[in-house]
Amino acid sequence: MSAFLLRCVLPLLLLAGCSGWQSALDPRADAAQELHGLFWLFTITCGIVWAVVMLVLAGALLRRPAAARPEEERGRAERRSGRVVGGAVAATVLVIAGLTLASFFATRGISADHPEALVVRLRGFQWWWEVTYDDPSPNWVFITANELHLPLGRPVRLELAAADVIHSFWVPNLAGKQDMIPGRDNVLAFTPTQAGTYRAQCAEFCGLQHAHMALQVVVETPEEFGRWRATQVAAAAAPESAEEVAGRAVLEGKACAACHTVRGTAAAGTLGPDLTHVGGRRNIAAGMLPTTRGAMAAWIADPQTIKPGNNMPMVPLSADELQAVSAYLVRLR
Amino acid sequence: MRVIPAALLLPLILAGCKREARETRLDPPVAEALGGVRVMANGISGQPPMVNAAQGEPYRNNAYQLAQGKRLYEWFNCQGCHADGGGASGPALMNGWWRYGPDAVSIFVTLRDGRPNGMPSFRDRLTTEQMWQLTGYLQNLGATVAATAAPSRNDAMQTRPAENRAPAMGALPVSPDR
Repeated sequence: MSAFLLRCVLPLLLLAGCSGWQSALDPRADAAQELHGLFWLFTITCGIVWAVVMLVLAGALLRRPAAARPEEERGRAERRSGRVVGGAVAATVLVIAGLTLASFFATRGISADHPEALVVRLRGFQWWWEVTYDDPSPNWVFITANELHLPLGRPVRLELAAADVIHSFWVPNLAGKQDMIPGRDNVLAFTPTQAGTYRAQCAEFCGLQHAHMALQVVVETPEEFGRWRATQVAAAAAPESAEEVAGRAVLEGKACAACHTVRGTAAAGTLGPDLTHVGGRRNIAAGMLPTTRGAMAAWIADPQTIKPGNNMPMVPLSADELQAVSAYLVRLR
Repeated sequence: MRVIPAALLLPLILAGCKREARETRLDPPVAEALGGVRVMANGISGQPPMVNAAQGEPYRNNAYQLAQGKRLYEWFNCQGCHADGGGASGPALMNGWWRYGPDAVSIFVTLRDGRPNGMPSFRDRLTTEQMWQLTGYLQNLGATVAATAAPSRNDAMQTRPAENRAPAMGALPVSPDR
């Protein structure tokens, strides 16, 4: 008995996947809400259609064969089945037309662009995300990586581009999927309606580390967003201890500076993620590791074991240099 | 009956897969040994590191390594001076004329230490592995005979023949110095 109960209860656990920070069934923005409504409309309608078809099929299977029935009953049955087929055809046309219209209106609502939207440019790289906050005044423009902050309730316009191959941007809680195609920019517009942290994942196979190409989306109150933006616009924090000063020298003098930028230092490469405020981000290496000093050192020491095939080379550093540079980087909040 | 020998030959095709084998992580001692070139006193030619031969010369024969070199050529703005290999303010890289010789060691040393009249040193910008990847790619770019491995073509239009069309010689007029 208990085994039977268990078997009934276990599938319910699957429903736990319906909520959370990466679920289209837990909408936290207008666009996701539209898609969520559409999803249930389609699921329920198709479920009903399926149940009706199964019932009719069962009826047909259990019915007495025509040959076993008297002559006069057969003519009546013929006329009745004609009406049934006619009704089914009409119902099919109605259902499909209804779903098509619902889909049309939902998609039209999603792509509606807002003139006062916050414009953020997202660029997909193998295998990380570059995030550029646009602004009419250039001193408010800044670049960060792998973390997207959005103010609650303000429409946002994401301009999606790709640097190398096709990627796809998908935050299930906030909006539908949109491809990032080299040479052809796409736009995704939505308004977050609930604060929280959501996870995006590249949704188009883009090479070896496709599965490790995650982005965190932080939806926060406009005040929190304003504070975050002010810290991001500022140049990198100055090193304090002797070790951190040495760390900055390593970053500027070794191959790090060839690819990474730390605003306010000599490091101004544009091939890898901007590290100006890397210590303030929740994760490094596109969601691979938490931003701790140990993880930072592990990543710098051997990026090809943690994320094989990524474009960060293993730069030979002495133990002291590794200590220093990791201490400096986690300080860059 | 002919089917059987044909079937036996089929696995040979699999040997082609080796060309693309991706060695993403180079052991640090090997990476260090790769820097051990012994160059002649005039900075031209010399002895390549032994480990390169022991590895099977992947920077010349492996398509993945060549593709990495091609990526670095773009990323580190080699086009800025050498264009797509045809030359601009820097010399052309594919007309068969090499100022410091066509061998890998000369090219590697050029990248590592720079050369007079503008070629910068990439010693603190690239790892030795990356310099070898670039060296392999440059040799492939300027090859005068067909190679067995090549990086893939560009997606966009390019101003020079694709690397996987060989040989590149003949695409440009031969240098008058030659």
